[in-house]
Amino acid sequence: MVVPRTGVAAAGLLAAAGLMAATMSLMPTGAFAADSIVVGSKAFTEGYVLGEIAAQTIESVSAVPVTRKLGMGSTGIAFEALKSGAIDVYSDYTGTLTEAILKRPDLKSMDAIKEALLAMDLVMSGPLGFDDTYALAVKESFAEQHHLHSISDLAGAESSIRAAFSYEFMDRKDGYQGMAESYHLHFAPQKVNRMEHSLTYQAIDDGAVDLIDLYSTDAKIEKSHLRVLQDDRGYFPVYQAVWLARKSFTERHPREWQALLSLQGSISAAAMIDMNAQADIQHLSFAKIAAQHLGSEAPRSQSLKSNILQRTREHLWLVGIALLFSILVGIPLGLIAVRFHAAGQAILIFSALIQTLPSLALLCFLIPIFGVGMKPALAALCMYSLLPVVLNTFTGIRTVDPKHVENARAFGLTGRQILLRIVLPLASPTVLAGIKTATIVSIGTATLAALVGAGGYGALIVSGLSLNDVPTILTGAIPAALMALIAYGVFELLGLLLIPAGLRKQS
Amino acid sequence: MLKLQNIDKSFEGKPVLSDVNLTVPTGATHALIGSSGSGKTTLLRITLGLIPFDKGYVKINDQALLSLSPVQWADRIGYVPQDGGLFPHISGIDNVSLIAKLRGWETWRITERVEELRKLVDLDAAVLRRFPFEMSGGQQQRVAIMRAAMMDPQVMLLDEPMAALDPLIRRSLQQELKSIFQRLGKTVLLVTHDLGEAVYLADKITLLHEGRIVQSGAYRELLKHPAEPFVTLFINAQRTLPDAADVA
Repeated sequence: MVVPRTGVAAAGLLAAAGLMAATMSLMPTGAFAADSIVVGSKAFTEGYVLGEIAAQTIESVSAVPVTRKLGMGSTGIAFEALKSGAIDVYSDYTGTLTEAILKRPDLKSMDAIKEALLAMDLVMSGPLGFDDTYALAVKESFAEQHHLHSISDLAGAESSIRAAFSYEFMDRKDGYQGMAESYHLHFAPQKVNRMEHSLTYQAIDDGAVDLIDLYSTDAKIEKSHLRVLQDDRGYFPVYQAVWLARKSFTERHPREWQALLSLQGSISAAAMIDMNAQADIQHLSFAKIAAQHLGSEAPRSQSLKSNILQRTREHLWLVGIALLFSILVGIPLGLIAVRFHAAGQAILIFSALIQTLPSLALLCFLIPIFGVGMKPALAALCMYSLLPVVLNTFTGIRTVDPKHVENARAFGLTGRQILLRIVLPLASPTVLAGIKTATIVSIGTATLAALVGAGGYGALIVSGLSLNDVPTILTGAIPAALMALIAYGVFELLGLLLIPAGLRKQS
Repeated sequence: MLKLQNIDKSFEGKPVLSDVNLTVPTGATHALIGSSGSGKTTLLRITLGLIPFDKGYVKINDQALLSLSPVQWADRIGYVPQDGGLFPHISGIDNVSLIAKLRGWETWRITERVEELRKLVDLDAAVLRRFPFEMSGGQQQRVAIMRAAMMDPQVMLLDEPMAALDPLIRRSLQQELKSIFQRLGKTVLLVTHDLGEAVYLADKITLLHEGRIVQSGAYRELLKHPAEPFVTLFINAQRTLPDAADVA
């Protein structure tokens, strides 16, 4: 093997960048396609089913291609996506709109809500036919034991009750806080767990908790033998399912919007529970469930293999770009940090601060700027992958023995020659380790990109999570882990190629 | 000829060197000796053009340091850092030829010069292809001398050349170093804290103490006619082992 001897670090890192840039050619086509109708959904079973129903309904009357961006991380993300034009339509609930989005609990009538939304250039349909409100539930056996029928019955027993509530329920005004106040319930804070909604069923099934929040159309209520406690004070708002669309979409595609409106009043609570059950319990595909409901033929579903392949391409693309960015920006920033003390501290603190932002929060901040899809996901990944590269470049260079720099100066090497011939090669093991960390962290973090509709392995994981379907989760998680392992191996090989041999054998 | 004239240097108001004068005639080997803190390292760095100084001149063959570019100056002084100071990430031969390559020398010329120097320091060609960590201390030292001599400088400057070596190896390398100096025929300034080494290798010794030159001359002169009591003190302090008669 020819061992590169001079300028190794610079040349080598560029080579690594080039390698990752090659993944660009794998960029999923149509990721930024212009003329298509984009249907979004939130990341829970009912959201996926309604999203698929909307997509197929539009497809049945339209020649315009429909792009599905299903499984967005939260109400906030889906709504921001709609406002920014990244999606054209998705399904939401009147209660969510008044409480969480408009923050106008005083809006009681459908017309009042419609009017408030129209001011934001958004159009809301009439009710689709079912009400999916929050509810609290316990195991039938637990209910029998403690004589529980309504939420009021919890009074007195609540301090010893172990609860698992979803994040949204915990944080919403019309959720946990307001409910506890309204019913004068005093839960023991250390016994109230926040977790992903679909996992709360797992928790109560396993007997890990006694009380969970749920949606009244959840399919698993019956399967898990739960008793839904009556909202005897009428605390929870009404959650009528509706379509929410951009006004410009309804004007540009009136036929498609009419088709969606024709579904008003057509989905009963029983039908919705049944569809949720088909997804959660029978593990039918959302496309099939939607097609059955619409009485049409299911669109040809993607094979598992081609699905994983597509997700792999998306994932590689996300990680590749983030890596390229972290190398091209991170290394110079690291160099600046070494050279200028004040700027250096600022750079290091800033890139460290980014790391402290929870990824979902960062994605939320980025949506107003970048919309949804690849762009905010890439922006977030680039920001996250910056710190390891900047920090390791900084540390790698700072820990180069200053005597080598002084000797090089005594030999008459210029600043540039010292950097390229002496300092960077000596720092290259540390710099490369930083790039390796950034890559592996990116591969993990990129799974969250699915929450803003960027696809990748996260799409499989998120939909699997919402169905609490372990095999689906694994079809995303295993390839992601494999990709991380392969990346690790690739970097070991790159190390052999890029780190000067005189340093390699030493350690 | 290397000439240091009236050198003054202070750090943050504290004088480190005051009125230092030192001349090493062409072809001579001169040792600059002093304990740590004497200012010898500062003088070395000034001579290499690495740090500015307040007053005086550093000259090689009557050309002043400040009248030349750093590259021109570097090519006039062949520097052998402490313990050789080889760059750890490149092989011996790359260490030796690095500067010539950067100056745009043609390959044949580099090969020829390396071969010439390799014979001069009597080093095996296979050793030259190794990385520094694969070489013995003595081998590293010889590669470092080759690197310093590569551009055919007028003056060689060696900083504590044997400091890290085993005493036995040190003795044998000292003999070799002496003959290498003779074969090179260069003006040599050796910076050391070891009087034995200075006496063995150098024609003349300059003793530096607290930033000024206490005495300059042959060892015999320092011994017989010390300029100050400190000279005798310094010489006696280095004779650490008692005589056989005293032990018995």
